[in-house]
Amino acid sequence: MKIHEYQAKAILAKYGVAIPRGEMATTREQAEAVAKKLFDSGATGVVVKAQIHAGGRGKGGGVKIAKSVSDAAEIASRMLGMNLITHQTGPEGKKVQRLLIEETLPIEKELYLGIVLDRVAARPVFMASGSGGMEIEQVAAEHPDAILKEYIDPGVGLLAYQARKLAFGLGLGAKQVPQAVEFMSGLYRAFEETDSSLFEINPFITTTDGRLFALDAKINFDDNALFRHKDLLELRDITEEDPLEVEASKYRLNYIKLDGNVACMVNGAGLAMATMDIIQYAGGMPANFLDVGGGANAEQVTHAFEILLKDPNVRAVLINIFGGILRVDTLATGLVQAARQTNIQLPIVLRLEGTNVEAGREILKQSGINFIVADTMKDAAEKVVAAAGRN
Amino acid sequence: MSILVDKSTRVIVQGLTGREGTFHAKTCAEYGTRIVGGVTPGKGGSTHEGWPVFNTVQQAVSATNADASVIFVPPPFAADAIMEAADAEIELIVCITEGIPTLDMVRVWEFLQDRRSRLIGPNCPGIISPGKCKIGIMPGHIHRPGNVGIVSRSGTLTYEAVYQLTQRGVGQSTAIGIGGDPIIGTNFVDTLELFEKDPQTEAIVLIGEIGGNAEETAADYIRRHVRKPVVAFIAGQTAPPGRRMGHAGAIISGGLGTAAEKIRALEAAGIRVVKSPAMIGETVVAAMSAIATRT
Repeated sequence: MKIHEYQAKAILAKYGVAIPRGEMATTREQAEAVAKKLFDSGATGVVVKAQIHAGGRGKGGGVKIAKSVSDAAEIASRMLGMNLITHQTGPEGKKVQRLLIEETLPIEKELYLGIVLDRVAARPVFMASGSGGMEIEQVAAEHPDAILKEYIDPGVGLLAYQARKLAFGLGLGAKQVPQAVEFMSGLYRAFEETDSSLFEINPFITTTDGRLFALDAKINFDDNALFRHKDLLELRDITEEDPLEVEASKYRLNYIKLDGNVACMVNGAGLAMATMDIIQYAGGMPANFLDVGGGANAEQVTHAFEILLKDPNVRAVLINIFGGILRVDTLATGLVQAARQTNIQLPIVLRLEGTNVEAGREILKQSGINFIVADTMKDAAEKVVAAAGRN
Repeated sequence: MSILVDKSTRVIVQGLTGREGTFHAKTCAEYGTRIVGGVTPGKGGSTHEGWPVFNTVQQAVSATNADASVIFVPPPFAADAIMEAADAEIELIVCITEGIPTLDMVRVWEFLQDRRSRLIGPNCPGIISPGKCKIGIMPGHIHRPGNVGIVSRSGTLTYEAVYQLTQRGVGQSTAIGIGGDPIIGTNFVDTLELFEKDPQTEAIVLIGEIGGNAEETAADYIRRHVRKPVVAFIAGQTAPPGRRMGHAGAIISGGLGTAAEKIRALEAAGIRVVKSPAMIGETVVAAMSAIATRT
């Protein structure tokens, strides 16, 4: 799960990680009030930052500096409601609904800190680099040696000596190192206690007067761990997500909307991806990824079906089920229920195999609904692509 | 021979009394697997579907001599269940549970380092040696005994590959789903090593997917150590970057972990990579008849 920068910074602050003073605003008036408060308490400038779940905001015009309260209000009113397009939003962009208004700071150096899971080491890795402001992937590709890494032992967390190694490695002065150790330790504690999958402080800055700050902050939570973080769930901003994906998540369905016109419903993530691949191989384009999961029940299947059909681009539906945990009869019951409820007019190609497949086929046959039955994945893909073309 | 499991494997079910645990324990037993008991804390001393239930894995092992365990425990408790099984010196732990928090698995991985247990999964369908033993949720009837070893990060896609082989009269030595999570116990390389050594296995199917670099590591291992023919498929050629495709581990991040890269690495190692998942069966058949003509 992704959260906004201002939410990430609020979490960091709880762990003693220094962040610039600032507040979130959703209207011009609020933005003006925050800016006034900051200028009145000594800020020499403020920065207005668009809050969307995507990086590259600066280049897209979503980060602007204001030198006065009225300037800040003016920028805020222009930025709110604008469609911000960055390399991460896709060409459709994202509508700006929230802003973060912060004091500007006298930046000396821009550095980078990040914590991610290293899959090979099976441990979190704390990364630091002197190239703040650059994307870490680019640094990794061009100067892999410029990234300092410390692997975290899950039993003890980030140790002080590891933080010192990183801090000295970044070229921080002897006076700043103890501050950096505290900063990094807080950062790791926050990562661990919030069950995050990614932390990025880019840039992590030093100021000309010797202080350290998280100038930007990006946090992604591990979706698998959210069951034990009810408070973090409240940070979800569903306006940042595709409405159909939000609806799917209510029923614990893995749905991702894509651009094609052949909808698919599959059990199992690997088979769902392979089904998308074979649709393309047969000359079509998948409209979505949809994994109804191993333990899906008839009700979930009904909802899955409804969600597929809400995508106006869809011209045909391919249902590819290989029953293991999900019994084919369960699926068939859900399908018949869904087809009746939605009064579907689109062609539906079915390919069913696995546990209780005979019972499942019988339920479909008894239903009297006109499904197109396919024998193999190849057959199914060819039939559905042809049906989508005709429709 | 097959790898890791056979007719003598004695299996306990952690989470036996739950809905999924019960259903799959029964289908495994019907397949011929020696299910010898179950563990559900608090229900020790009772009997479930004819099997003795124990409060702890230790008690279950003492009473039944189990050497394998299959875990159907819900995600909040699954990491603990794996570590309990490892502490009781279960040789093979198969964790089916999907949705275990990643940092829990970091601790499990560390815990397993100095213990003798092998973990398969989590978030996997399990392992089957057709005709001998099935520990997992795969539909047994689609398999047949034979000479192809299958290793896969996916569940249902593994069934698809098995089914294509069986339909062509080609059986399997062992099929293992290693799981779709970022941190898993047994990986591609571990399994390839076992298949290469197994006299029953004559060809290997490797099914990978986007995310991470396990396929690249496997490609390198195959180039150096595997003499048996390998046929590979990588799922997610049409997956968009930055999105988690169902499996926690199936995500292209920062432009890394794409299907294209993995296919390139495998092909560079001389492995036959099929572009369509429907071609797995026929390609294996062709690879096997090629060896048959050579010898």
